[in-house]
Amino acid sequence: MMMVFDSALALLVLGVALLVVNANGARTAVIGFIALGLLLAVVWVRLGSVDVALTEAAIGGGATGILLLRACGRLRPSVSDTPSPGIILRIVAAALPVLLVVAIVAVVLDMPEPAPSLAAQAAAPMPELGLGNPVTAVLLAFRALDTLLEKVVLLLALLGVWSLTQDGRWGGAPPALDDGVAKGSLTLLARVLPPIGIVAGIYLVWAGADHPGGTFQGGAVLAGMWLLVMMAGLSKPPETAARWVRLALFAGPALFLAVGFAGFFIADGFLAYPPGLAKPIIVAVEAALTLSIAVIIALMVAGPAAKAPR
Amino acid sequence: MSGGFLLVLALMLPAVGVAAMFAVPMRAPERIAWLVYPPTLAVVIAIAVAVGRSGEALSYTLGGWAPPLGLMLRADGASAVMMVMSAIILGLVGISACMQFHTPDGVREARVPFTFWALLLALWSALNLVFLAQDLFTLFVALELLTFAAVPLVCLNGKADTLQAALRYLLFALVGSVFYLLGVALIYGAYGMLDFAALRTVARDDLATSLAIALMVGGLMAKTAVFPVHLWLPPAHAGAPAPASAVLSALVIKAPFFLIVRLWFDLLPAQGLLAANMLAALGAASILFCSVLALRQARLKLMIAYSTVAQVGYLFLMFPLATSDAPWETLAWSGGLLQLVSHAFAKAAMFVAAGLIAEALGHDRIDDLAGAAKAAPISVFAFALAGLSLMGLPPSGGFNAKVMLISGAVMLEQWWIAVVILAGGVLAAGYVFRVIGKATADPAEGVEIRPVARSLEAVPLALAICALVIGFVPLQPFAYLAIGRATGVIP
Amino acid sequence: MSPATLFGIMAAGLIGIGLYGLIVHPGALRKLLSFNLVGAGVFLLFGVAAQRGAGAGFTGDPVPQALVITGIVVAFAASALAVALLLRLIEVEHEDDAS
Repeated sequence: MMMVFDSALALLVLGVALLVVNANGARTAVIGFIALGLLLAVVWVRLGSVDVALTEAAIGGGATGILLLRACGRLRPSVSDTPSPGIILRIVAAALPVLLVVAIVAVVLDMPEPAPSLAAQAAAPMPELGLGNPVTAVLLAFRALDTLLEKVVLLLALLGVWSLTQDGRWGGAPPALDDGVAKGSLTLLARVLPPIGIVAGIYLVWAGADHPGGTFQGGAVLAGMWLLVMMAGLSKPPETAARWVRLALFAGPALFLAVGFAGFFIADGFLAYPPGLAKPIIVAVEAALTLSIAVIIALMVAGPAAKAPR
Repeated sequence: MSGGFLLVLALMLPAVGVAAMFAVPMRAPERIAWLVYPPTLAVVIAIAVAVGRSGEALSYTLGGWAPPLGLMLRADGASAVMMVMSAIILGLVGISACMQFHTPDGVREARVPFTFWALLLALWSALNLVFLAQDLFTLFVALELLTFAAVPLVCLNGKADTLQAALRYLLFALVGSVFYLLGVALIYGAYGMLDFAALRTVARDDLATSLAIALMVGGLMAKTAVFPVHLWLPPAHAGAPAPASAVLSALVIKAPFFLIVRLWFDLLPAQGLLAANMLAALGAASILFCSVLALRQARLKLMIAYSTVAQVGYLFLMFPLATSDAPWETLAWSGGLLQLVSHAFAKAAMFVAAGLIAEALGHDRIDDLAGAAKAAPISVFAFALAGLSLMGLPPSGGFNAKVMLISGAVMLEQWWIAVVILAGGVLAAGYVFRVIGKATADPAEGVEIRPVARSLEAVPLALAICALVIGFVPLQPFAYLAIGRATGVIP
Repeated sequence: MSPATLFGIMAAGLIGIGLYGLIVHPGALRKLLSFNLVGAGVFLLFGVAAQRGAGAGFTGDPVPQALVITGIVVAFAASALAVALLLRLIEVEHEDDAS
C-alpha cells in the first residue's frame, strides 16, 4: 500500500519538476516550484526526517517561494519570456542530464549493505548532552562549527542584498511589501495568524531540543508571520540601520561565538559545552539564533532599502 | 595538540570582525578591519612557524567531538603556506584600498566602504576555512561563504554591466557548489563519513567514488574558471574595483583549486591517467586560448583577467605529472603549488597597478596608455616585474614553477606539456610587452595626466617584489609543502 | 523496492531535470529555479543515506539530516542574493533606458 503511495508521490514530484522547467511563463514555473516544495516535505516525512520536512516546507517551499513570487511580479515581460529552443537543441541538451541520471541511479542501486551510518556514534553521547533530538545534537554540538559558519553565510548574503542599495539610501527602509496584493483576505489572515504562528514558532524551538523542530523551522515560521503582516500593509519594513534591527541580526551569531570562545575557559575547548550545562546553553543559543534567523530571512525577502534613512 | 587553538583563531577572528561591524556603531568599518588584521596575521604566522618547527601538521578537534562524528581543523605545510600568502596579499591590497574605500567624514556608515571591508574580512575567514577544514561538508559551507563574500565585490559600482557580471558569476558559482555537494552526498551514501583522513583509509576504487570525485572536481573547476567554464571570470574580475579584482584573481579562485588538489591526491584511491590527462588538456586549452584572447583585449583590466584564466591553466598541468606513490615529493606537485603562490602575488600586483594607472589616465584602454610611465612610473615598473612571473622569466616565482613543471614533463616524456608551457610563456610575453611598450611611450599633446601618489604605488611594488623573491628560495617550498602530507592518515 | 531506493531514483530524476533546465534556459530566474531543483535532488540523496542509515533507535541517521537543514538554509540565502541582483539589474537597465 505504502509502495503505491510512494510511487505515485515520486511520479508526481517528477511531473511537477518537469512543469517547473518547461512552463511557458516564469510565474507558472514559480507556482509549480512552491507546490513542489510541499510535495518534497511529504517525501521527507516518508524518509523519516520530520525535521527536514519542516525546514523544507518553511524555507525550501515557503520563504524561497515568496521570494521568487515577488521577483516575478517585478520582472519585465521581455525578461520572463523564455525563448523556446528547437527540438534538436532540446535533445542535445537532454543528453548530458540523461547520462548523469543513469550514473546516479547506478550508484543508488548499488549502495552498500548494510548502509554505513553515524547513528550509533551520535546516539552514544546523547544522554550526556541531555538532548532528545539527535538532529539538534548534530547541529549544535557535533557539527556546531558548520552551524555557526552558516549563520555567517546568512549574514553575508543579507549584506550582499543590502550592497545593492542605491547610493544615498543605505540604512533606509526596504520598499513596502503590500503593493499588488489582494488586501482584504490577507489583512484578516495577517490579524489572525501571527499570534498562532508566533506561538508555533517558539514551540518549534522549545520542542526542538527533544522533538523534531528547531531554530531554522521556528525562525522561518516567525519570519513568515512578520512578512505576512507586512504584506497585508499592517506594518512597514524597518530601517536597515535601525538599532534594534542590527542588534537582532547580531544577537544569535554573537552569542553562539561567545559560547564557542567561552568553551576555551569553561569546557574542553572551542564550541565545547561544560558537562551538565549543555542543554540550557544550547537552548539559549537556539533562542537567540531563532530571533536572528527570523529577522535575516524577512529582511532578505524585503530586499535592499528603497528610501533614504530618516 | 599544542597550538591547535591558533587554528580556531585564524578562522574566527575575521568573522568576529564582521559580526562587530553589524553591531558596533563605531564610525568607519575600516577601523574594525585594521583592528582585526594584526592579531590575525600574527596567528597565521605563528601557525606557519609551529608547522615548520615541529615538521608536523597542527590540528584541533572542535568541541572535543572527534571525526567522523565531529569536525577537525588541520594545518599542514601546504595550507600554512596558503594562509600566509592570503594574509600578506589581503593586507597589502587592504592598504591600497584605504583611500578608495574610506568612509566619508561625518557619515557613520556608507554603502561601498561598509560592504567592501565587511566582505574582505569575511573572505579571509572563508579562505582560512578552505585551507583548514577536513570535512567535505564544512568545505561546502566554506565555498558558499567564499562565493557570498566575493560576488557583491564585483558590482560595488552598481552599474548594469557589473551587475550582469556579478549575476553570471553567482550562477556559475552556485552550479559549481551544487555539483560539489552532489559528490558529497554520494560519498556519504557510500561511506557514511565525510572526514578526509577517515575516508582516506577506506576509500574504494568503485563507480560511486569515481563519480563523486568527478562531480566535485567538475564543480570546483567551474569556480576556478578553467576552460571551457571560464566565461564568467573576465567580466567579473575586470568589472570589480581594482583592489577587489586583485583579491578575486589572486586568492578567491585559488581556494577551489586547492580543494581539487586535496581531493585528487588525498582522497582518490587510484588516479586514472586518462582523467589526469583530461584535466591537463583543459589546462593547456586555457593557457593557449585565453592567452591569445588576452593579446586581443582593448582594455587593460580585461587583458589581466584573461591572463588569469591562462595562468590558472598551468595549475592543471600538474595532475598527469605528479604520479608517484608520494606525489607531493614530485617536482610537478611543488611546481604547481609554487605557480599558485607566485601567480597570486603577481596578479594582485598587476591589478592594483592597473587600478593606479587607470586612475592616472582616467581610462584603461591599452592603445592609449602612452604617458602612463610618467604618471605612475612605479606602478608600470611593478606591472613589468609581475609580468616576469607570468612569462616564466627569471628571477621570479613563476620561472621556478614553470621550470619545475617542465622538468616534470620532460622526466615523464610528456613533451606536449613542455611545449604548451613554453608557448604560454611566449604569448604572455606578447601581452605583457604590448602594455609596457604603450605605457612607456611619450604621451600625445594635450593628454591630461594626474600623477598618483607615490605612497600608493608602494603596494603594487611590494606585491611584485614578493612574486620575485619567491624565485630566490627554490628548494625551500619543496620540503615545507610536504609537511603533514605523508601522514595524511591520522595515526 | 525499498522507499529509499525509490526516492533515490526520484532524486536522480530531479537532478537531471534541473540540469536540463540549467542548460536550456537563458534567463537568470529560470536558471535559479533549475538550480533549486538540482539542490532539492541532492538534498534528497542525503535523505536516502539518512533513511538507509536508520538505527540506534533513530528513524534515520541524524548527521545527513542535519546537513540537509544547513544546506536548505544556504540555498535560500543563495536564491535571495540572486533575486536581489536580478531585480537591481532590471531596475538599473530601466533607468539607463529612460535616460
